[in-house]
Amino acid sequence: MEKGIAITGMGIISSIGNNVEENYNALCFGQHGISFPEILKTRHTNLPVGEIKISNEELVKKLGLPKNHAFTRAALLGSIAGKEAIFQAGITEAELKETGFISGNSVGGIDKTEEYFQEFAKNAEIRRFIKAQHPGFTTGQISNYLKIHGFVTTISTACSSSANAIMLGARMIKAGKLKRVIVGGTDCLTKFTLNGFNSLMILSSENCKPFDECRSGLNLGEGAAYLVLEADEYIAGKQVLGRITGYGNANDAFHQTASSETGEGAFLAMKKALKSSGISSNKINYINAHGTATRNNDLSESRAIQRVFDEIIPEFSSVKAFTGHTLAAAGAIEAVYSLLSLKNNQIFPNLNFSSEMKETGLQPVLGLTSKNMDYVLSNSFGFGGNCTSLIFRRDEK
Amino acid sequence: MSDLRTRLKQSIIEQLNLEEFEVEDIANDEALFGDGLGLDSIDALELIVLLEKEYGIKLTEPQQGKEIFISIDKMAEYIEAHRTK
Amino acid sequence: MKNKLYINGIASISAQAGNAVFSDSIAEYHQNIIPAIAPNYKEFITATALRRMSGAIKMGLTAAKIALKDAGTSMPDAIITGTGQGCQQDTEKFLKAMLVQNEAFVSPTAFIQSTHNTVGGQIALNLKCRAYNVTYTQNSGSLESALIDVQLQFLEQPVPETILVGGVDEISEKITSFLYLDGQLKQEETYNLDLFKTGSPGSITSEGAHFFSISSVKSSETYAGLLDVLVFNSNTSEEVSERINRFLKENHLTEDAIELVILGNNGDSRYDHFYTPLQDEIFRNKTQLGYKHLVGDYNTVSGYAVWLACNILKNGEIPEICKLNSVPIEKPKNILIYNQYLGENHSIILLSSR
Repeated sequence: MEKGIAITGMGIISSIGNNVEENYNALCFGQHGISFPEILKTRHTNLPVGEIKISNEELVKKLGLPKNHAFTRAALLGSIAGKEAIFQAGITEAELKETGFISGNSVGGIDKTEEYFQEFAKNAEIRRFIKAQHPGFTTGQISNYLKIHGFVTTISTACSSSANAIMLGARMIKAGKLKRVIVGGTDCLTKFTLNGFNSLMILSSENCKPFDECRSGLNLGEGAAYLVLEADEYIAGKQVLGRITGYGNANDAFHQTASSETGEGAFLAMKKALKSSGISSNKINYINAHGTATRNNDLSESRAIQRVFDEIIPEFSSVKAFTGHTLAAAGAIEAVYSLLSLKNNQIFPNLNFSSEMKETGLQPVLGLTSKNMDYVLSNSFGFGGNCTSLIFRRDEK
Repeated sequence: MSDLRTRLKQSIIEQLNLEEFEVEDIANDEALFGDGLGLDSIDALELIVLLEKEYGIKLTEPQQGKEIFISIDKMAEYIEAHRTK
Repeated sequence: MKNKLYINGIASISAQAGNAVFSDSIAEYHQNIIPAIAPNYKEFITATALRRMSGAIKMGLTAAKIALKDAGTSMPDAIITGTGQGCQQDTEKFLKAMLVQNEAFVSPTAFIQSTHNTVGGQIALNLKCRAYNVTYTQNSGSLESALIDVQLQFLEQPVPETILVGGVDEISEKITSFLYLDGQLKQEETYNLDLFKTGSPGSITSEGAHFFSISSVKSSETYAGLLDVLVFNSNTSEEVSERINRFLKENHLTEDAIELVILGNNGDSRYDHFYTPLQDEIFRNKTQLGYKHLVGDYNTVSGYAVWLACNILKNGEIPEICKLNSVPIEKPKNILIYNQYLGENHSIILLSSR
């Protein structure tokens, strides 16, 4: 049994709240953040999204950035979440100099590229956003804003990006390569992704219904979340919010975008996470499922869960109906929710569910539920077959 | 009638980048998926866009494609019956 | 003590064909955006699969397969990819269609293949490899981030393993042309072999894929040992020198142990000063090589430097065309590769002879 890597801070912004407390309250009261796009300028105004109703201008003001900044929306959201996490962990400026930063991000600053694609040639003012297209640039903006000067990298494995960032951070601390590292991810709504998922015909025109027999696709969302991970030698006196005890990464190797029917990648990721935690599957008290509400994912994930947990399937739910699918940020956002579950001994509900899938007969948790918990498993799966599972554990005093 | 089939073949070759194929290589009753032309689920989504763009036919469920994209003949029949442009 | 890793298979697709650098047939260019010289992809990928692949996917998958074959293996225990700009061609294709058609009738294929992890995913799919699979995208530190993960993997798995690691980047029509607008490319068309003499701002760019099969077990075909990798931030060339010295100490080496350095000079008058103290001081008496006049500069171009170092360490031959100074050298034992781009994402890769 692994003691796990200590988590000493967390920060989040999503369509259900601008910080941890607001997110927690919304989860408890079942207040989802799904609405029609207002900030994102798109003709698809009929597609529900998990949009954060704060404009870039307001976010810039909140962060106190200079006029000629080159922050993408993902960088703005990431900076807000990162700041909250660092504040909670009480990391000093001196410590930040050798702190690492590992961020998951999928489309970087494509929001700016799509806005300025035809303008770059005409307007020299905006050319500072040319480099901003690439995810590494967004990561650099956040790390500079947060004054982090250690090892900085970006992981881009589509919807499992930030889960992999958390995994890498935990591995680097375990291997003694870093003392502390800020891990997580960020992604914003863009026309690019909205039209992309729409062309795949996996966006729902109603609020998404994870694990429901009549699920009709996902809602895209946006947000950012980061955790502060610290090696045990450096956490004297700090509150430990929870620990990462296990992680597993596998590839489905089935299709560029679809998951295999048996959920092979998901199955392997969960198995590996259990193995690296050194626990058997019956120790898991709750599964924070990927549950995007597409026909394909939810069936494939359910089958994988059935295969891993056999007869006794723990309580599970997907929070995608609250936030929408926040792509690269999803793993980190749900890591924060998993830690909130552990801290408060509560399972957050799977909204909009009415009937079990006929193939599996599985029912997620439908209302806010109290339960004593030691271990939470959180799944994140993405395009390219990238599947990652993380296991969080209550800190033992 | 046969014009529609020929145009359909040309569009499919172009849209799906079937560089190795000529219009004559595709038989009207040949299976488009599986053992025939060897198309896959990504191609099916491309064909749905093609139907909407060129013939004004809007499918809302990817599943619907399965009954339409069986062969050039079947596709042509469906287009004749449902086209809006 | 770090465990030594061995590079047992290598592959390069770049603006220079195969082993051109070791021959007289160097490709010369009078353009600032240089396409890679494509191998015959049909030898590696089926026509059905090829028809929708962009340059990065073709280059990446082919280089991956060559590297594995070179190492005499077929199924890696992990696939770790680095790419700075990802699948830029499909990103551009989808973006253009979406903008021109005002968000209507956009077809999904380009979107599906636009994500940064497409190459890593396609390699897994092609090999049916369900193992660990991650893609790093940290600008010019992307391949280096992947190599750091490789080191971690071996620390965690003491049992013999083979890891496929590589870097890939592609050029695309419009997005690459933006690099003229923000000064990343030289404004004047440049003769590639004169790159280091230009003295103007900006550089030249290209595309390519470099993959390596790395194992904890040495084979008779081993090219080189991978000793250590570092990605760091620095504002001044003095800091870089200091960091390199510290890096060598951490690896229990002195400057004398490094007989050859491969430097990332790219002819950009604004940033090549980062190499000056290394060229004039620390490594003054060492053989110095450059390579970006041959293959341009792009986010994962240091893969070419690793490929070059592997060949030099195995065969002892040092290409004249790469020499930045005239310090004579026998077969080197240790090679240090240092790179940066626009003063950011500085990196060091340390390789040794087998």
